[in-house]
Amino acid sequence: MSDTLLDVDDLRVTFPTRTGLVHAVRGVSFSLGRERLGIVGESGSGKSQTGRAIMGLTPPQAEVSARKLAFDGIDLLSISPRQRRALRGNRIAMILQDPKYSLDPVMTIGRQIVETLRTHEKVSKAEARKRALAMLQAVQIRDPARVFDLYPHEVSGGMGQRAMIAMMLVTGPELMIADEPTSALDVTVQLDVLKILDKLVAERGMGLIFISHDLRLVSSFCDRVVVMYAGKVVEQIKASELRDAQHPYTRGLLNCMPRIGFERHPLPVLDRKPEWAE
Amino acid sequence: MSAETIQSRRAWLLSDRPVSRLQARLGRAYVAWRRFSANRLALVGMLIIIALLVVAAFADVLAPYSPTVGDLKNARLLPPGAAHWFGTDDLGRDIYSRIVYGARWTLYVVILVAIIAAPIGLLVGTIAGYAGGWTDTILMRITDIFLAFPKLVLALAFVAALGPGIENAVLAIAITSWPPYARIARAETLTVRNSDYIKAVQLMGASPFRIVLRHIMPLCISSLIIRVTLDMAGIILTAAGLGFLGLGAQPPLPEWGAMIASGRRFILDQWWVAAAPGAAILIVSLGFNLLGDGLRDALDPRSGDQ
Amino acid sequence: MSVTENQAAAGGGSARAVAILSSLGRFLVIAVTTYLGLLAVTFFIGRVIPIDPVLAVLGDRAPTAVVERTRREMGLDLPWIEQFYLYVKAALSGDFGTSVLTTNPVMTDIRRVFPATIELATLGTIIGAVIGVPLGVLAAVKRGSLIDQVARIVGLIGYSVPIFWLGLLGLVLFYAKLQWIAFPARLDVVYEYTFTPITGFYLLDAAIQGQWDVFYDAWRHIVLPAALLGYLSLAYISRMTRSFMLNELAQEYIVAARAKGLSERRIIWGHALRNAAVPMVTVIALSYANLLEGSVLTETVFSWPGIGLYITNSLQNADMNAVLGGTIAIGSVFIAINLLSDLLYRLLDPRTRVG
Ligand SMILES: Nc1ncnc2c1ncn2[C@@H]1O[C@H](COP(=O)(O)OP(=O)(O)OP(=O)(O)O)[C@@H](O)[C@H]1O
Ligand SMILES: [Mg+2]
Repeated sequence: MSDTLLDVDDLRVTFPTRTGLVHAVRGVSFSLGRERLGIVGESGSGKSQTGRAIMGLTPPQAEVSARKLAFDGIDLLSISPRQRRALRGNRIAMILQDPKYSLDPVMTIGRQIVETLRTHEKVSKAEARKRALAMLQAVQIRDPARVFDLYPHEVSGGMGQRAMIAMMLVTGPELMIADEPTSALDVTVQLDVLKILDKLVAERGMGLIFISHDLRLVSSFCDRVVVMYAGKVVEQIKASELRDAQHPYTRGLLNCMPRIGFERHPLPVLDRKPEWAE
Repeated sequence: MSAETIQSRRAWLLSDRPVSRLQARLGRAYVAWRRFSANRLALVGMLIIIALLVVAAFADVLAPYSPTVGDLKNARLLPPGAAHWFGTDDLGRDIYSRIVYGARWTLYVVILVAIIAAPIGLLVGTIAGYAGGWTDTILMRITDIFLAFPKLVLALAFVAALGPGIENAVLAIAITSWPPYARIARAETLTVRNSDYIKAVQLMGASPFRIVLRHIMPLCISSLIIRVTLDMAGIILTAAGLGFLGLGAQPPLPEWGAMIASGRRFILDQWWVAAAPGAAILIVSLGFNLLGDGLRDALDPRSGDQ
Repeated sequence: MSVTENQAAAGGGSARAVAILSSLGRFLVIAVTTYLGLLAVTFFIGRVIPIDPVLAVLGDRAPTAVVERTRREMGLDLPWIEQFYLYVKAALSGDFGTSVLTTNPVMTDIRRVFPATIELATLGTIIGAVIGVPLGVLAAVKRGSLIDQVARIVGLIGYSVPIFWLGLLGLVLFYAKLQWIAFPARLDVVYEYTFTPITGFYLLDAAIQGQWDVFYDAWRHIVLPAALLGYLSLAYISRMTRSFMLNELAQEYIVAARAKGLSERRIIWGHALRNAAVPMVTVIALSYANLLEGSVLTETVFSWPGIGLYITNSLQNADMNAVLGGTIAIGSVFIAINLLSDLLYRLLDPRTRVG
């Protein structure tokens, strides 16, 4: 398994709160090569916290533990914060949900892309600009020179998310975590952005963790799917075999998807059993 | 009282299915109180204000000497000591006693300003918010104009025209401090104006006057109280400033600001004459600020920065 | 009124021109109405409240002939509205009447004393911002830590302390006991005669002319009152900075900046503070305006010959023209700063920047 990019074993994230401990992630394990892994689950099931724990972006008050959390053989939990930071944005990157909030509103898009680059690589200003423009081109922005100088509020949501992808991919990371990268976007542009992401991931041979609550999207876009419920992995399955999923929760999620040509009355309700969370 | 009854009382208060309006209200108050009392500084503030109230109420008992008549022959400008805790002033009056009585004047100013300014702001704000349109535009323009004025300087000019005196100082401060209340009341009104609950009252045929008075104003009260409490310190400081300039309380009233002014002449040699009343102002303002902060955090969790 | 005119004029132009003109028009409407409001209030104070405005202006020792002439000059026999019109006209041309105390036109007096106040308030604001902003940032970043607690207490005391009292205590300590600073005034008497101000800001004037002994002397006089005003402004600025920073640090773009691998320093000062800077400009401007006003009490304590001392001296001598002129002067600057800070906010924030 020299091909393993990320190895997660028994990952736990715990928040101390006034009303006691909140176990957001409770023993998640999976491993990832240069492939596309989808994480699905309902809201609050711990998908984002799993992604953030891998990035090292867990809020400081929370506790992260794991039997193993290794990226390319590097034990993420034992390296210094400085080394962790050097990985972040450089070899592991993350795309957030809503470009409206995740781009700095008072900095031009170009500068934000250049900033990532110059944080991790010693390049001249001119060189950085050139690579940022090339990156903007790569996310299929037609007029990169103009967009470079625009502020985030001056571009559409779809354009903003492409800029976000450009900002995170400009350093050529090996692993990309995309946390619901399209759910804040207009349906008409969701597919465009996904295609761009798909193409870049394929071209560059990156590993991708694609977080979503849209099972159909995940199944069509990813190679493998991890289904989470209440902070645990209830099922891991190949995307192509999703129809044969065993776990009742996965089946429930599948059943909830509307299908054309079928009358659905009454609307199905997702079944939740406490024992799945055991 | 056994632990069990306390337990069941708490359960009653925190019940998520209150059976009476009273229970719901008490329950909410209890939750707010728990949040408030978890904040130690806020409790300190409350203690200071309670102490102020007690001192003002029992000034006659607490003050060993007269606040206005001193012993000119034997007790002029004595330093702090056993007989006179904070020393005496140039007229031989006991400074401690004057500060104790001064608590009354501080309360007098603060309460009077609050009961003049808060209703003005409430009225302007709720009318503007409920009526909307031109009424709103004009009232809020006036409010903004007042908000853009320098308060202390304007109060000075008012008192200059009205003549010095503590009543006029109160009036001047009140005239310059209502605009923020109008803003708050308007904002609250706007949030409830289009609610179903107000719509229902309108359908039942209530007059606008009655709706504003009975249904909208009560909703503005809690944010208004917080703001007034936070403003109390400012009011005290402005009143003291006017007193210091000789425009507020007149001698021989034991008002703290005026006491600092009279101590100013001896400041280099008999510093205690001015020191004690200033410390009193500082402590009481601090008390109001701490209390106001605590109230805001307890009643209005939205503004939750600590 | 002018909004619609502007919009009509720009009708053929681009949407952006209309936007600029309409926001400019709105700005003008607000400026004009606020200034008229200020004049209306001072008019009310000077003409309506006093039983006899002439006596309020001249004092009760003026000869009858002068009283009669002034009565006519003030137009007291005219209807209110006409009086107000004349009042506004006079005020707009800088005519606030004559001071009984100094016998100068009030405007002349104000021109003479205002630089002293500006110098004091400017230095105070600089002190407040230079200390207050980093303090607020640290308090927000290390929320709940010791430094946060200290900043909070320091701020609360600043909100609660009577500044004139603190000034008096400061004089006792630093002037009488330690002798670190000079006595209450702007300059030592020796220099009063040898030093010729250019701009009216003594520190600046002394530096321009290379008179470093004067500079040092002026510094020894200004440092305590400026530090006190600086403390007031620090209390306000650090508290607001903290709250703006907490707000910014909770935003998604901070998570994104971390995901990019930026250092905490870069995230805090390069991203969060840059965003907080937009509303903070308003806060610093407002704090400056407040210091102008706060100077009334400070100047009295430190015998600082600025507008505040001018007003309080006039008050004590029932010199109503001077009091109202001073009020209008401070009020105008106050309003101007308020409006300008609003404008600056729009300019700094790319989201509201027009053009
Ligand atoms: N700062 C926090 N303090 C306490 N609990 C938290 C905190 N952040 C997250 N949690 C808890 O962690 C759990 C998982 O959150 P997470 O954001 O990972 O869910 P998610 O699967 O991404 O949901 P969604 O689809 O809504 O994004 C939630 O139940 C939440 O209560
Ligand atoms: Mg999530």
